[in-house]
Amino acid sequence: MSGFGVVALAAQLLLVVAGAPLLTGVMRQVRARMEGRAGAGVLQPWRDVRKLLRKEPITPAGSGPAFRTAPLVLVVTGLLVAALLPLAAVTTPAASHGDLIVVVALLALGTVTLALAGLDTGTAFGGMGASREMTIAALVEPTILLSVLALSIPAGSTGLATIVAGRIDEPARLASPSSLLALVALAVVTIAEAGRLPVDNPSTHLELTMVHEAMVLEYAGPDLALVEFGAQLRLTVLLGLLATLAVPWGIATTSSWPALLLALVLLAVKVTVLGAGLAAAEVFWAKVRLFRVPELLAGSFLLALLAVTASYFLSGA
Amino acid sequence: MNTIATALAAAGLASLVGAAAGLGLSVTVRPLVAGTATALVGVGGLAAGGLAMAGRTWSAAFPHVLPLAGVRLRVDALSGLFMAVAGAVVVAVAVYGIGYARGGHGPVASRTAQALLPLFAATLVLVPASSSVSTFLLLWELMALTSLLLVLTEHGQRPTVRSAGVWYAVMTHLGLVLLLAGLALFAAKAGGESFAALRAGAHNLSPAARGLVFVLCFTAFASKAGAVPLHAWLPRAHPEAPSQVSALMSAAMVNLGVYGTVRVGFDLLGGGSRWWWLLVLLTGAVSAVFGILQATLATDLKRLLAYSTCENLGLVFVGVGAAGLFHAGGNPELAGLALAAALLHVVNHASFKALGFTAAGSVLRATGERNLDRLGGLRAKMPTTAGLFALAALGAVALPPGNGFVSEWLLLQSLIHGFSVPGLTTAIVLPLAVAAIALSAGLAAAAFVKALGVGFFARPRSPQATRATESPALMLAGMGLLAAASIALALVPGVLADGLARAVAASRLTSVQPLTGGELRLRLTDTSAAYSPLWIVAALLAGLVLAAGSVRAFKRRARRPAAKLWDCGGGQPTARMAYTATSFAEPLQRVFDDVLAPEQDLDVTHVRESAYLVERVRYTQRVPDRIEHRLYEPVLALFEAVGWRARRLAAGSVHVYLGYGFVGVIALLGVLTVLR
Repeated sequence: MSGFGVVALAAQLLLVVAGAPLLTGVMRQVRARMEGRAGAGVLQPWRDVRKLLRKEPITPAGSGPAFRTAPLVLVVTGLLVAALLPLAAVTTPAASHGDLIVVVALLALGTVTLALAGLDTGTAFGGMGASREMTIAALVEPTILLSVLALSIPAGSTGLATIVAGRIDEPARLASPSSLLALVALAVVTIAEAGRLPVDNPSTHLELTMVHEAMVLEYAGPDLALVEFGAQLRLTVLLGLLATLAVPWGIATTSSWPALLLALVLLAVKVTVLGAGLAAAEVFWAKVRLFRVPELLAGSFLLALLAVTASYFLSGA
Repeated sequence: MNTIATALAAAGLASLVGAAAGLGLSVTVRPLVAGTATALVGVGGLAAGGLAMAGRTWSAAFPHVLPLAGVRLRVDALSGLFMAVAGAVVVAVAVYGIGYARGGHGPVASRTAQALLPLFAATLVLVPASSSVSTFLLLWELMALTSLLLVLTEHGQRPTVRSAGVWYAVMTHLGLVLLLAGLALFAAKAGGESFAALRAGAHNLSPAARGLVFVLCFTAFASKAGAVPLHAWLPRAHPEAPSQVSALMSAAMVNLGVYGTVRVGFDLLGGGSRWWWLLVLLTGAVSAVFGILQATLATDLKRLLAYSTCENLGLVFVGVGAAGLFHAGGNPELAGLALAAALLHVVNHASFKALGFTAAGSVLRATGERNLDRLGGLRAKMPTTAGLFALAALGAVALPPGNGFVSEWLLLQSLIHGFSVPGLTTAIVLPLAVAAIALSAGLAAAAFVKALGVGFFARPRSPQATRATESPALMLAGMGLLAAASIALALVPGVLADGLARAVAASRLTSVQPLTGGELRLRLTDTSAAYSPLWIVAALLAGLVLAAGSVRAFKRRARRPAAKLWDCGGGQPTARMAYTATSFAEPLQRVFDDVLAPEQDLDVTHVRESAYLVERVRYTQRVPDRIEHRLYEPVLALFEAVGWRARRLAAGSVHVYLGYGFVGVIALLGVLTVLR
């Protein structure tokens, strides 16, 4: 375990934690400006977190341990994923303990705990949100794992560090049809996993359209702060994963301090650009009906399947 | 005398003592003595299996025990693995069963049930030890018979038990017929009925004969393992049996279908063609997806668990099939990895499924209710049971840090690396297999969130659920043993690596060590992928402490407990407003509408005076098992029709019957003349 790896890991985690609410702030600001509003400012999510943390924590009657611990689990799985991803450097001490499959499963663990919390309150809204969330999550899973498969075949491993290092060394892999198809599929499921338009509207409170919000309606105070922060964290790490796989340049492959600094700056830029792009696109998108979401996911599943087949036949094996 | 032999002899003796005690003793002490004997059977099996997995072997022949054939036993690492799994499940379930039967729980404490339980346990342990066709078939049938009688234990309580018993009896005996035909053909062609003779003579068989033997045996084994489309008995028999019997059947008996496939396919027939294993893999993939899809829709808690068994055994068959494909494709390392993953999943599934069924049994005992729509709120009434069920669910959803994730991770790894095996088959089949595993994992998450969230969380939706109380200590102790096993398998799966490698070697697939586990984590020998469960758990715990601590540092005011629910300002919601299992699964059912073909019926009764006024609207919806609907019902209808028509044959005239006999003898003689 080198000192460089530890510092890189700490810096990466710190950047993600500090940046996740800022990313949401940027995305809201982009949206506001495009809609002709002034917006609340980039720092508003952090101000919200501070406000909520000072409020009284509330446990509603009839809810149990699942309700209490779910926000913590959501945040911690997000943090763990942020630690496992090679966002700033490929040689962090955490990267060797889990691969892309573990990352996908940890994100799913966060979803499952929150769905359980939604059911735990025993309200109609909580159950509705949990049911819808699990329906989407069940359909997202095959696409994610097939995209993982497509990206792992050229690298010969599901280890993220190996995949990313391979993509930096051989830029031809990035432009290969299989990689492009897999990235498009991954982008679609990222939107679904992060609960963004057109799958879910993060700012809705209308019973016909709520998915994520319906599950977390009963949260207040510090618990709500954690839930919101957890959602922001998930969006950040998912966009970070997408950025790392799509444009891996800049990630430090050697133990050099200037390279790490550059990697951190580039990471912030890449994720911000992706987030701003998503926010800009969301202005023009409408949320689709819940029962149209499977069609969208089936489309991305098909892309992932094509990606695997292409990677098999084009790699000449 | 060998230690394995001592352990097995002790297990056999304990089962006989237990059976005698079950028959002879009075109801007050019967469950205790028979249960203790059953637990000893399990300890014997666990010891023998553990020793075999550590590298010892033992074989013996008793030519005078059975007429003509004699009894042959042999224990190697492969049989040891299945013996150890069965033994461990038996120990925990026996302890649980003492508590379950002691409260005067009706038929479960009856003489028949208590005498049969140790015998069933002994056959579970001994089937993998047999090493000749006759011994194997004898023990296999004993296992089927004892389990059938145990399934029928509560036949006086519910009429559904009898129907489940008939389904189970017919399916398991059709399986026996196929197995008998397959193994008899094999033995006849190979020139001997001991496994050693079969192994030596396997190459004498023509490819067609080998294929026929394999298909016959695999069909029988797949039906025992509950693979689709031969699963029809499983979702009927497992819920209707007493809970400790369901646990034994679902966690130990179905595994023997996998054991049989591996033993006959790899060890005795020596691998074989690609299409065999393609068949196994596709059967597994279909079972996995179909089983878990039915589980997400099931509202009966034990039926949900039974369908989840279909899913998990399907995943195991995907691993076994992939191992065969890689072996046929000339890559023994990957074949070993896939088989090791499949075997590890057998172990993991046994631990979490036995825990799930025993927890469901506790719920059933406390509430008399298996319907998730009428449960709820058990978290507060039965906190330990709810916690243990949550642990079982964590294993079943295949998410870290549960134990199911470890083996599914390994299975995915073997499939992903399988792309280095050349051939169009792998290119088409492997992505679909990965997709099937992923879809089943996603649906499993929905199914178990439903089981846990609707069944145990929220508020009670029936008076029975409101009155539930925690189970007695012995039941909790039995479940605790299973929980400890699940946790150990989740945290340090690496300790099993050597045993798994020996089991894989004993299947004669490969002698390469596919994975190492020295540093308490699983690492694949030839790639860079690794998964360290301990590290992940430590990081999760550290993160939880850190996150909770940093929130606490900010906290200004104390937590307000038991505040009113907000519910969008709607006031206090009642339990009737909460989501039920049916409503939870409704979106998924709509998504898979084409596959499931649910039957809906809208019955509108109008007021007599006017067609515009409605007196009553009744909506019913049923989601029948479609495969069963399409595959079994026509056959059953045909049999019934033939049966009714055939009544005319029995006209009551002795002359006609004598005529039948005459025609029969003539026909037989004719056939024999032609065949000579």
